[in-house]
Amino acid sequence: MTTTHPSRRHFLKRTAMSLAAAAFAGSALTALPAQAEVGYPEKEALTFGFIKLTDMAPLAIAYEKGFFEDEGLYVTLEAQANWKVLLDGVITGQLDGAHMLAGQPLAATIGYGTEAEIITPFSMDLNGNGITLANDVWEEMLPNLPKRDDGKPAHPIKADYLKPVVDERNAAGDPFKMGMVFPVSTHNYELRYWLAAGGIHPGYYDPSNGDTSGLIDADAQLSVTPPPQMPATLEAGTISGYCVGEPWNQQAVFKDIGVPVITDYEIWKNNPEKVFGITREFAEKYPNTTVHLVKALIRAAKWLDEDNNANRPEAVEILSRPNYVGADEEVIANSMTGTFEYEKGDERPVPDFNVFFRYNATYPYYSDAIWYLTQMRRWGQIAEHKSDDWYMQTAKQVYRPDLYALAAKELIAEGKMSAGDFPDFDSETGYKPPQGEFIDGVTYDGRKPNEYLQQFPIGLKGKDQV
Amino acid sequence: MNTNLSLKTPRAIAPFVKLARGESPRAQLDVLFRTVGLPIIGLLVFLMLWSGVAAKIDTSLGQFPGPAQVWHQTEALYVEHVAERDKATAFYERQEERIAERLANDPDYEPRIHDYPGKPTFFDQIVTSLITVLSGFVIASILAIPLGIVIGLSSNLYAAFNPLVQIFKPVSPLAWLPLVTIVVSAVYVTDDPMFDKSFLTSMITVVLCCLWPTMINTAVGVNTISRDLINVSQVLRLGWLTHVIKIVLPSSIPMIFTGLRLSLGIAWMVLIAAEMLAQSPGLGKFVWDEFQNGSSDSLARIMVAVLVIGLIGFLLDRGMLALQRAVSWDKTAVLR
Repeated sequence: MTTTHPSRRHFLKRTAMSLAAAAFAGSALTALPAQAEVGYPEKEALTFGFIKLTDMAPLAIAYEKGFFEDEGLYVTLEAQANWKVLLDGVITGQLDGAHMLAGQPLAATIGYGTEAEIITPFSMDLNGNGITLANDVWEEMLPNLPKRDDGKPAHPIKADYLKPVVDERNAAGDPFKMGMVFPVSTHNYELRYWLAAGGIHPGYYDPSNGDTSGLIDADAQLSVTPPPQMPATLEAGTISGYCVGEPWNQQAVFKDIGVPVITDYEIWKNNPEKVFGITREFAEKYPNTTVHLVKALIRAAKWLDEDNNANRPEAVEILSRPNYVGADEEVIANSMTGTFEYEKGDERPVPDFNVFFRYNATYPYYSDAIWYLTQMRRWGQIAEHKSDDWYMQTAKQVYRPDLYALAAKELIAEGKMSAGDFPDFDSETGYKPPQGEFIDGVTYDGRKPNEYLQQFPIGLKGKDQV
Repeated sequence: MNTNLSLKTPRAIAPFVKLARGESPRAQLDVLFRTVGLPIIGLLVFLMLWSGVAAKIDTSLGQFPGPAQVWHQTEALYVEHVAERDKATAFYERQEERIAERLANDPDYEPRIHDYPGKPTFFDQIVTSLITVLSGFVIASILAIPLGIVIGLSSNLYAAFNPLVQIFKPVSPLAWLPLVTIVVSAVYVTDDPMFDKSFLTSMITVVLCCLWPTMINTAVGVNTISRDLINVSQVLRLGWLTHVIKIVLPSSIPMIFTGLRLSLGIAWMVLIAAEMLAQSPGLGKFVWDEFQNGSSDSLARIMVAVLVIGLIGFLLDRGMLALQRAVSWDKTAVLR
């Protein structure tokens, strides 16, 4: 290998090494065409996994609208059977990346479940989940619910009204069972948050003693069911309710087997939801590819929210194809186009039910990561007390706004997006200001995780152990 | 004259030919009714029952699909297939343009043509399943026939192996699958794999499940060769290999093929189950994906797959039967 005629391999290696500098000093890579500061992708053929949920939309859109191809990436999207299979796929390298639960990269990194270094350069969406109860439970709750003037139940519905039903069932020796999608899923934490806010204990995990079922002291027993099977499991009577992403809550309404009682938007306004996960090894081995794929995803997310959701009907049609979500268009449309049907016929506007780009939805905030970590601590998945600093370091290890910023700056330089589309990268700390819009009125400040945990009557805090 | 004719013309056409010649019209019509009329009546009754029952089953995904909806989805699947092919063509054109553009900027680039990353259509899945099942079946047969012959020839070996065979024979593919999956991912590690892991997993599962009927039937066939033939072989002092080729194989062919047909039937059933569970490409995955989708078309699409799976299973079996007829020395044996 001579220096006068650098081979392609050498050239790419150089590109990779100088990637961090590249965003600021494009002149270092004069061999490249003027507009592209990040080199060509090192790996062009990629396979990404997803679960059949509407929040996989950025992946489908980036593929169908050619955003991946614009970046020189040839992407295959593969539906996965469940979150465990999906995570294993990413860890073993069978998948190059995947639509993941926000808790998955965090749990994998801290070694809860399968240990692996997974990072996320891109947050996929805000909100998008709901809690559905079986018809018989709903009928028992209904008489006690506060009503609006038109006779329909007033929202948000708190779990306080579910508590008598749960207590009654438990007293009769018939445990109250609910489904969620994965032990470290947003859904698990949201469901637990909602139940605990209503005085129903959702149970502790005790991994140090080998308990990963999360049923210790539980009033309501939560168990894992893959999202697409939620309605069928509810219909079979195995569970009395579930927390899941769309379209599986709306599906219950259509099938007349259950009633969605609350959306996660009402539990925590604009809560972060799925993320796009890749291994740290992948990001280090293929730095250019990583930036290119984040660029494609950012463009897709923007497309989804553009012109006040004008593209959503088209997105709904794409998602309803059998190789993506595959549910009926009208079911998907319900939540994607700004309304949510609670009881049959009780359709209410929830314009922010699915947010893909507004409110900097795609930026991987450290404070979002820390919230998930606090919930893992609250329910015993993190068995020991951890310092505030530990929370921050872990968040930094997994959430990678630096990679996001590289992609965003490229898009701005190419004129595809404007600086106003993004947070101000010079002053952004990665911590959202304290947020108070939770169903129980508790305020969350990402910089003070331990103080935050002190506020909950139910849940581990301080030096507590199960 | 008559016997000659029936040998040369296929059975289904023979009555027509005879009828045209004016040979006892009544008897020919009778034959015709039995060979063509009755199956059609059976089919019609089935379709009527199906649409009648389907209309009465209300599922959470809407009414159970009747023949009309299923036919409609068959057409829809074909339309999707054609549309996907068009998209693939467009993809390759775009790719070529992109490569040309990049080569202009970056002459060192060694272009690689990427396969179309789109979804496999229903028809692609059929092809995948057929390839998988046939590869699995061929490998299983290559293993099972020689093993069966060896076991069949020696009663000691037979006694030694029989318990093993009996234990493994009834094992469900779904029990093998997790083991196969894990072993394949651990053992099959290459940078540039010739086969997909999912293909290997499905295929090996098929092999493990369809080995046994061929092996057992071959062994039994070998074991029950007429004493006379064995005596002849001994009188002629045939070598072991010649004995096997000249005496053992020809006389055990009917039993071997009985085993092969059983094996192929099992292979096809096992494959669909394995594909469903392992999410590896093929008809099984198609069925599972549609089940997961839970759209109002899903049931009709699954029904299309069910009918196609049945039809392919039937054709595979007929294929084996034709092969058996061709190689069997006893042309008078009734094979059905």
